[in-house]
Amino acid sequence: MIEYFIRRLLGAIPTIFIIILVSFFLIRLAPGGPFDFDKSLAPEIQANLNAKFHLDEPVYKQFGFYLKGILQGDFGPSFQYKNYTVTELIGQGFPVSMQLGLSAMALALLLGSAAGILAAYRQNSKFDYGVMTISMLGISVPNFVMAPILILLFAIMFSIFPAGGWNDGALENRILPIVTLALPQIAYIARISRGSMIEVLRSPFIRTAFSKGLPTFYILTRHALKPTLLPVISYMGPAIAGIITGSVVVEQIYGIPGLGRYFVQGALNRDYTLVMGVVVFYGVFIILLNLIVDLLYGWLDPQIRLQGKKA
Amino acid sequence: MSEIESLSPRKQIWLRLKANRAALASMFLIGLLMITVLVAPWLSPFNGEDIDYEAIASEPSITTGHLFGTDSLGRDLFVRTMEGSRISLAIGLVATLVSLLIGINYGAIAGYFGGRVDAVMMRIVDILYAMPFMFFVILLMVFFGRNIFLIFFAIGAINWLDIARIVRGQTLAIKQQDYVEAARIYGASHWKIIQRHIVPNLLGIVVVYITLTIPQVILVESFLSFLGLGIQEPMTSLGALVSEGANEMESYSWTLIFPAVFLSIILFCFNFIGDGLRDALDPKQVK
Repeated sequence: MIEYFIRRLLGAIPTIFIIILVSFFLIRLAPGGPFDFDKSLAPEIQANLNAKFHLDEPVYKQFGFYLKGILQGDFGPSFQYKNYTVTELIGQGFPVSMQLGLSAMALALLLGSAAGILAAYRQNSKFDYGVMTISMLGISVPNFVMAPILILLFAIMFSIFPAGGWNDGALENRILPIVTLALPQIAYIARISRGSMIEVLRSPFIRTAFSKGLPTFYILTRHALKPTLLPVISYMGPAIAGIITGSVVVEQIYGIPGLGRYFVQGALNRDYTLVMGVVVFYGVFIILLNLIVDLLYGWLDPQIRLQGKKA
Repeated sequence: MSEIESLSPRKQIWLRLKANRAALASMFLIGLLMITVLVAPWLSPFNGEDIDYEAIASEPSITTGHLFGTDSLGRDLFVRTMEGSRISLAIGLVATLVSLLIGINYGAIAGYFGGRVDAVMMRIVDILYAMPFMFFVILLMVFFGRNIFLIFFAIGAINWLDIARIVRGQTLAIKQQDYVEAARIYGASHWKIIQRHIVPNLLGIVVVYITLTIPQVILVESFLSFLGLGIQEPMTSLGALVSEGANEMESYSWTLIFPAVFLSIILFCFNFIGDGLRDALDPKQVK
């Protein structure tokens, strides 16, 4: 297990390196520099600025500086938010995004697998068709459509929840964003767990359990649940990426001071270091979470564990 | 003795697809929508850029001729929604084509040559899978401006991974077939074998992935346009329209609702068709 973990961790390093490399060279290729203003600067000032940010050195050296900075947790200064480093901005925004993302994930896992399992147990019933149709709706309606519609319904027409803002994380400010983030994931998880539950229910060990006369609830929770959830666990990687991508839009729409909002603002303002810092940060974050999900999967599924040992 | 009718695989697939009412209805709806979107310029007396000063932000009504109402600048929302749908569908088709071109060739080459070539190529795919692509596309848009061709290409270029994997798997099976062996004995070049003998036999699977890739691509484009990083004025796409609508919805809710409904219907239909095709092509799904 430890060997497997180390092997996977080492495997992630080239991916992370490529993410940093690609983002770095995209910036160099981009037209326009960070100090191109409407009024051109005096050449001495320009030179000083270039020297301060190592812009006068060869590109490979700049990359070395950037890489060294990242390893020390330093993504450089933000070009737009004066007096802030990108690291500080990430430190401010990320906890907020993290709270939202975690709640959305928990909600999605709970509701999604419960709906999927029940739908599978009552396969081809009205409940089943209902769950499947609603989940197709959840998958097809993008979150940037869902969010305004939820605001229109629950904030403007019925004024149950505020239309936006963070208000230091008050509960009523969190509900709509969390629901918006969770809906597509609930839909996917419901479909996945339904599919795998149907397969599990057809397998011989479940038939044996039924023929022994065990109570249905016991069979579902004790025998069928674990194998049913395996595909759900392996979907968690894409789900995490989906929630993070979704948070970009959701934070923008609800006006939440999270990392996604900084990212969009940075993108619109051409704040190169901020955009790049967020890409690298989220890239590494997603890769590490995927690693954890894989380990979890290996721990739950003995077949994978054996393969890990053989290799 | 009743004669047992044998059905060709293609006929079986069609029968199974026909039994799936949701997929069939979606095909019909998408077809109808595409025709409407194409003929729309002749259906409405208005033009997407003209401003109707007598009807600024007016509600949908038949008497004014603005079927979907107008936006806060007085532009006809019906025409703009049609324009947006056209752009979104066009991006969906073109970008999917780009991703098909990359994905099929990549997967077929990896599967055909096998061995070390395969291992390296698929390892690259694995690495790319772990990348947060939406962020890279945004990065591209930030750095290279919001050029529509770049949008086509960038979105297509990130969606080929699934196709490459599927095609590779199929190629591994197809290259064992006798006719491929025969072509090789006749001295056909590798390139010719891939193009003539392998790729045509992949198309069944690829069709499923086309229908599943199109909505993904449309979604990515709308996402970018929603954030203001995609299609720029005076052109519009459904994502851009939803974004405008979301800003005006407190007073003029129709500016959100119509584009949102169109976008959702398009995505909904393609997803149903893709699901239906996948089930129909799956031999295990005999009921």
